Amino acid sequence: MNDKVKELKVSAIENGTVIDHIPAGAVFQVIKMLKLDVFDQMVLFGTNLESKKYGYKGIIKVSNKFFKPEELNKIALVAPHASIIEIRDFRVAQKTLVEIPETVSGIVKCFNPNCITNIEVITTRFTVLEKEDIRLKCHYCEKITVKNNMVFK
Amino acid sequence: MKNKSLVSINDFTKEEQLRVLEAAREFEANPVQTILKDHVIASLFFEPSTRTRLSFESAISRLGGKIVGFSEASNTSVKKGESLRDTILTIANYSDLIVMRNPIEGSARFASEISPVPIINAGDGSNQHPTQTLLDLYSILQTQDTLDNLHVAFVGDLKYGRTVHSLVIALCNYNTTFHLVSPVELKLPSSVKMHIKEKNLAYHQYTSMEEVIPNTDILYMTRIQKERFSDPLEFERIKNSYNLHKDMLVDTKENFKILHPMPRVNEIHINVDEDPRAYYFQQALNGVYVRQALLSILLGYR
Ligand SMILES: [Zn+2]
Repeated sequence: MNDKVKELKVSAIENGTVIDHIPAGAVFQVIKMLKLDVFDQMVLFGTNLESKKYGYKGIIKVSNKFFKPEELNKIALVAPHASIIEIRDFRVAQKTLVEIPETVSGIVKCFNPNCITNIEVITTRFTVLEKEDIRLKCHYCEKITVKNNMVFK
Repeated sequence: MKNKSLVSINDFTKEEQLRVLEAAREFEANPVQTILKDHVIASLFFEPSTRTRLSFESAISRLGGKIVGFSEASNTSVKKGESLRDTILTIANYSDLIVMRNPIEGSARFASEISPVPIINAGDGSNQHPTQTLLDLYSILQTQDTLDNLHVAFVGDLKYGRTVHSLVIALCNYNTTFHLVSPVELKLPSSVKMHIKEKNLAYHQYTSMEEVIPNTDILYMTRIQKERFSDPLEFERIKNSYNLHKDMLVDTKENFKILHPMPRVNEIHINVDEDPRAYYFQQALNGVYVRQALLSILLGYR
């Protein structure tokens, strides 16, 4: 199957952002992180699409929305290889890759059940110690949340 | 440093830590100075810790300050479900500084972010207890006359001992050589060793303490708790090998001193107590001077 045919599975948008190469299991997480579940414009998505590079992938297309890099970088925690394509007039205006940020705020729960952020209403904050094999140090309890015990808020 | 909070030892730079130790020397020489006579200090102990609380309250009293607060959470609004946020904001109205001990990790950091008055963390669960680290540094400085280039041995539970972790990290500023003595199950975690490696300092690991005694300046003893072992037989097998007796102190350096964060169980035999190399009771007293120094600095009097 060539790329053109595959693209047609999720129809094109005129203006907006395409988020491609999302791991198949992470599409709904990305939708939630970017609050697209409550977004008032057209949002198209597909998951378990065949991908030459990744086996199966997901894709999200958001009409009339252009994100700030820091908004998109938080999805790197679940979609580290996602590419961001800005579409203007049905054409690719810009293509970038997400990057794991230096700090993470509010998206991830601290894995430590005895952490104050799991007891009171507090926005979590982490320093990213390692980007490849993700390790997040909690700003409050100073414990380290790793990929295996990462839970999203 | 006025109005700064102390949550984690790393909140203070090396210079700021040394400033506290210098001021502590002044209070050791002259402990009763009523510089806080117009101040109210809140002492909030959400879990009991008599030793730490009395040390703080003694420091406050010797400075002439008034104390408000509680020694356990059972009779307070906290028990009725009040949030820490509300407790801190309310008590900050009644006091110039809050000393807090709380079993919830990160509670002190959170309190310091919402409180209009400085917070001193007197222990937040397994996380931080920075005044213990300052008094340990002070005890080392007082016995060795320097903090630089020392050989420091840590003995016992190096895995779960928060006191050990903070002191190791603090000593990484002073070109320390570390001697780490523990059962295999209770070795210093790699997250702490990382700090030693970052500074390219030397560390050696042992499972018995005999061979480190002649080579160290400071022997920092800690308690090994039975519940840390998955196999109780393993605890029975090793428990006595980390106990210090007087007859083990044969070939020590002249400046050699024994420290312990207290309370001890049987890891230091009472026959060591009268030895001039035993420093752990003085170490506890040093806690009062260091806390006097810290309170004075954070309230702008030093
Ligand atoms: Zn935490």
